[in-house]
Amino acid sequence: MRAIVTVIGKDKSGIIAKVATALADNQVNIEDISQTIAQGNFTMIMICDLSASKLSLKELSVTLMEVGEKAGVSIHVQHEDIFNAMHKI
Amino acid sequence: MLNRKEILETINMVEKEHFDVRTITMGISLLPCIRDTAEETARLVYDRICKKAENIVKVAQDLGTEYGIPIINKRVSITPASLLTSSFCGKEIVLAKALDRAAKTVGVDFLGGYTALVQKGMTSFERSFIESIPEALSVTERMCSSVNVGSSKAGINMDAVALMGKIIKRTAEITKDKDGLGCAKLVVFCNAVEDNPFMAGAFHGVGEGETVINVGVSGPGVVHHALKSMKGASISEIAETIKKTAFKITRAGQLIAKEASKRLNAEFGIVDLSLAPTPVMGDSVAHILEEMGLESVGAHGTTAALAMLNDAVKKGGVMASSNVGGLSGAFIPVSEDIGMINAAEKGAIDLNKLEAMTSVCSVGIDMVAIPGDTPAETISGIIADESAIGMINNKTTAVRVIPVPNKTVGDSVEFGGLLGTAPIMKVSPYSCEAFVSRGGRMPAPIHSNKN
Repeated sequence: MRAIVTVIGKDKSGIIAKVATALADNQVNIEDISQTIAQGNFTMIMICDLSASKLSLKELSVTLMEVGEKAGVSIHVQHEDIFNAMHKI
Repeated sequence: MLNRKEILETINMVEKEHFDVRTITMGISLLPCIRDTAEETARLVYDRICKKAENIVKVAQDLGTEYGIPIINKRVSITPASLLTSSFCGKEIVLAKALDRAAKTVGVDFLGGYTALVQKGMTSFERSFIESIPEALSVTERMCSSVNVGSSKAGINMDAVALMGKIIKRTAEITKDKDGLGCAKLVVFCNAVEDNPFMAGAFHGVGEGETVINVGVSGPGVVHHALKSMKGASISEIAETIKKTAFKITRAGQLIAKEASKRLNAEFGIVDLSLAPTPVMGDSVAHILEEMGLESVGAHGTTAALAMLNDAVKKGGVMASSNVGGLSGAFIPVSEDIGMINAAEKGAIDLNKLEAMTSVCSVGIDMVAIPGDTPAETISGIIADESAIGMINNKTTAVRVIPVPNKTVGDSVEFGGLLGTAPIMKVSPYSCEAFVSRGGRMPAPIHSNKN
């Protein structure tokens, strides 16, 4: 199952590392990653594969929320189906 | 492959534009629970609701987390309760209390279906049931009630219209310590729909399956936001944008409805795409109309703007879901919409304009506070007018008014939470008593005869 992880917040060093480490620690594979900074705002979108992970999407969401809180950014983890439903016919 | 613009659009809808799934409503047939006594029926009803809806709250929370779309309300709708009470007239309250207890046990915020359908005629047990509504609403917290008094096919039951004016007055009186709050949970319909997931008018029609999931999606803020960047655009361009926005919102609802029905072991019923406002800023239907170019909702042009909005929402929604139903359109409850509250406070909108708006929106005179000394017959007159609009135009109309005890025009009433604040609106001082008290049945319109 694939999930979309979005990280939004003020730019500072080490954000990607922290998120990527948390994902790797939980056997979540990053399939695609894109990142931009607009007006000092950091936005990163990752497409992740959870099939090898022991965590459910809900548990991963809680884990990453904690990482986000420590790093001062907001992190969402959502099932990819919601985006496919809303944006693809 | 998804692109980042699309992903961020969804995130922003939730984060900044109040996009949510407003309700997951489980419709449960209670027909197998009918017994001779109130106590036994109530016991079976309680057990059945608790069993069927056991996991609704948990499933809704899980889906909200997994898809990242908040699911605000979890609700239950039931077979019109009047069909269960024929053998124990006068003891309906036993059932009402059991329904309320069941709602609390499963953790849903409202349970709808303390309902009678009397559009053509009223049996003695239905009259007894309707008479029980005021007390039922005063001894319960989460139960909602509705009565259907007319339809395009059957005409309008004027005896029921006359009775409902009195029932609304009595409900206000019996709940006067809470400013007549009971009336906020009582809707009078014409052309009530059997699969509406929204309260206070939800019930599970007898034509429905055993257990059904209906989902109500909302998003006035999303539509408003989409129009903000369209200054100077033509009405046709605006209609197109609303349609596209409604499509996306409904698709999210469809996904969640499908998944919820799978996990709750129920049939997928319908997705109801209704722009349902809440009193918070940024979640207002009135502000969408104002964004189109009205100085205030209630100005001339309001009915036209609302007609376009309602239609565009339906068109977008219909393509996005395999089954669109319920009320689908735009709601205009006065106390629950910050833009409507402001307009009412400054006198920009009145009951007459609201009545005109109901001929093109998806419901009716909704959450309107009127003076406490309004005669029951005048309330029946309001119901008759709304029912006539619904009957002639083949649409659902409804009346949910609160004659607030001891308050009058110039006062305001605070219901709190989602129910909001309502300035008391003026009603016509001229009597319709002689008209209403005639009773009888208004014949169905000629265009209902389609066979």
